[in-house]
Parts: sequence; C-alpha cells; structure tokens
Amino acid sequence: MSDTSLIAIFVSMALINNFILAKFLGLCPFFGVSKNLKNALSMGIAVLFVMLLASLGTWIIYDLILEPRGLEYMKIIVYILVIATLVQIVEMTIKRTNITLYNALGIYLPLITTNCAVLGVAFWNTQESYNLAQSLISALGAGIGFTLVIVIMSGIRERLELSNIPKPFKGFPIAFLIATMLGLSFLGFGGMV
Amino acid sequence: MAVSTSLENAIGMSGAVLFVLLASNIIISVIRKWTPNSVRIPVFIVIIATFVTIVELFMKGYFPPLARSLGIYVPLIVVNCIILGRAEAFASKNSIMDSIADAFGIGLGFTLAIVIISFFRELLGSGGIDMFGFIKFSIPGFSDNPISILIMPTGAFLVIGLLLALFRHLGVMKNE
Repeated sequence: MSDTSLIAIFVSMALINNFILAKFLGLCPFFGVSKNLKNALSMGIAVLFVMLLASLGTWIIYDLILEPRGLEYMKIIVYILVIATLVQIVEMTIKRTNITLYNALGIYLPLITTNCAVLGVAFWNTQESYNLAQSLISALGAGIGFTLVIVIMSGIRERLELSNIPKPFKGFPIAFLIATMLGLSFLGFGGMV
Repeated sequence: MAVSTSLENAIGMSGAVLFVLLASNIIISVIRKWTPNSVRIPVFIVIIATFVTIVELFMKGYFPPLARSLGIYVPLIVVNCIILGRAEAFASKNSIMDSIADAFGIGLGFTLAIVIISFFRELLGSGGIDMFGFIKFSIPGFSDNPISILIMPTGAFLVIGLLLALFRHLGVMKNE
C-alpha cells in the first residue's frame, strides 16, 4: 500500500471510505452534536485539527520508537496517551495565545480525546503502513470527510425538527435512516479511485 | 457496529468486548480504594488498553482470519464508550462481585444487540447464515440474489434505524 498516491488516499479517506458513513467511527459526535449547524462545523474543525496532530505524533512514536525496538504491541496504550497528551497541550496553548479560537473550539477538544475517529485514523495509518506524508494526507482527508458529513447531517436535522415524523421514528431511528440515505449517496463516489 | 456484517464477526467482537469489560471491571474494582480521584480516568484507560492489547494479541495468534476481518476495530474497543462508562459509573464505586455481575449484564446486552443486528444483515444481505461451518443454511431461491446493500456499511444504519423504530413501536423500548 505504501506506493498509493497522495490524491488517491485523500479522496478515499474523505469520500469513499468516509469515517462516519463507511467505517462507523466517530458516531458519538455524529449523533450527539449534529443537531445544530454551527456546533457541527466547530466540532468538525476541532476533529480535523486533532486528527492531523495525532497522525503526526503517532507516526513519529511508532516509526521512530516502537518499531525499531520491536514494541509494536504497545501501540494501543501508547497511542491513547500520546493523543491525550497532545490534546491537553493544544488546549493549554490556544487558551494562552488565542482566546477567540479557544472559545470556538475549546469545549470540543477534551471531548475528542477519546473519539474513536481520531484513534481510528492513527490505527488505520499504522495498519496500512503509510509514511509521514501519506499519514498526514489521510488524516486531512478523514477530517474533511468527517466535517462534511456532520455538517450535511446537521443541516438535515435542523429541518427535521419542523417536520412531522411518525412517533416510533422520532429522534435516533430517523437519524439512522438519514445516515443510511447519506451513505447510499456516498456510495456513488466508489468508482473514483 | 461496523463489524456486524456477519454473525461470526459479531460473536468474535462481543467475546472481545465481554472479556475486556469483565477484566477491567474486576481490576478497577480491586484498586478503587487506592486510586487517587484526580488521576482515575488515565488509570482506567491504561488498564483497559492493557486488556485490549491482550485480546488483540490473542486473536492474532489463535484466530487470524477473525483478527483480519475485525481489523482496526479490535484496538478501537479501547475507546468504546461502554467500557470506560461502566468503569467510571460502576466498578470504581462498587465491590468486586457486583462489578463482575455488572460487566456480565452490560456485556450480554451488547452481545444481544450486535447479534440481532448482524443476524438480519447476514441473513438478508448474503442470503443465508454460515457460522464457523456449524450452522449453515440459506434461503432457497433468495441466496442467489440477496439484498446486498445490507452487508455494505450503510446497511447497518438502515437495520439499526428500523429495529429501533420497531422496538419502540412494540413498546419494548421507551420513547425519548
């Protein structure tokens, strides 16, 4: 896989293997935060940002420390700690330097420490043995794909509030059915790579 | 949820989750009196991650095909909300025996849900059930032309949405 072109990785992560619709990662924010367009966008950007950082951090740790020493089996523990530490550092840094950005993204940062989508990108990069550039591009694609879907979903759900839904379908069931239809339309991207 | 394409995967995944839940609940319950409150979440995460690593290595060693089809979803058990949620809400406050019982209850609930979903997906999506070769049957005249959308990822959303609505309609689950 390591010769896959960067564009192919990007398109594949953002559209074809979309993290929410095709890999079921990051479903908690997907169903939890997607009720409001503005929150969804902030959440998406925060996730994208942390994904990039996490891919960079975990790639460095895995390729430079764990792999040369044959410690691959430690990756689960190490990745979680790396991501949690990075998020903490970022949170403290933007709190000190850019208070506007902190107010926009701040509350989402601690939430996404244990977001499966972020950890998912890290494991995916390791499993496909991507190099540094490929890891970053795949994180960028995954983050943009995540943001795209969560924003589309929140737009639809804002409309849903006003519509007349059969009682058993109210709330989560209708959200799942909408996700089905989004997934079906995203299947159309399948032929692109 | 992503692994619910077939009953085999679902059962493998449930086994892994049940083991991690049980083992981490026991350990967390044992050490609950010595864990400082301020660092409890990192401690829980490290304990859970340890057991997930054990499961992953065990699966790779003894069930390589299962490990391959579950892929990155095995390490991702570590961020499964159920496990950390139970550790925090129950095992860190209750005795060992109660925590074991709680792990079994929650684990079996998870298993039931994922098995039901995967049963429908495999039955209708590939036209028959094939479980480790023990149980094998297919729907005559249907298995040549199944509803293949159901084993695609998006089929999981469909099955879950419809099952949720059905259970609510029947009154098994409460409306919000």
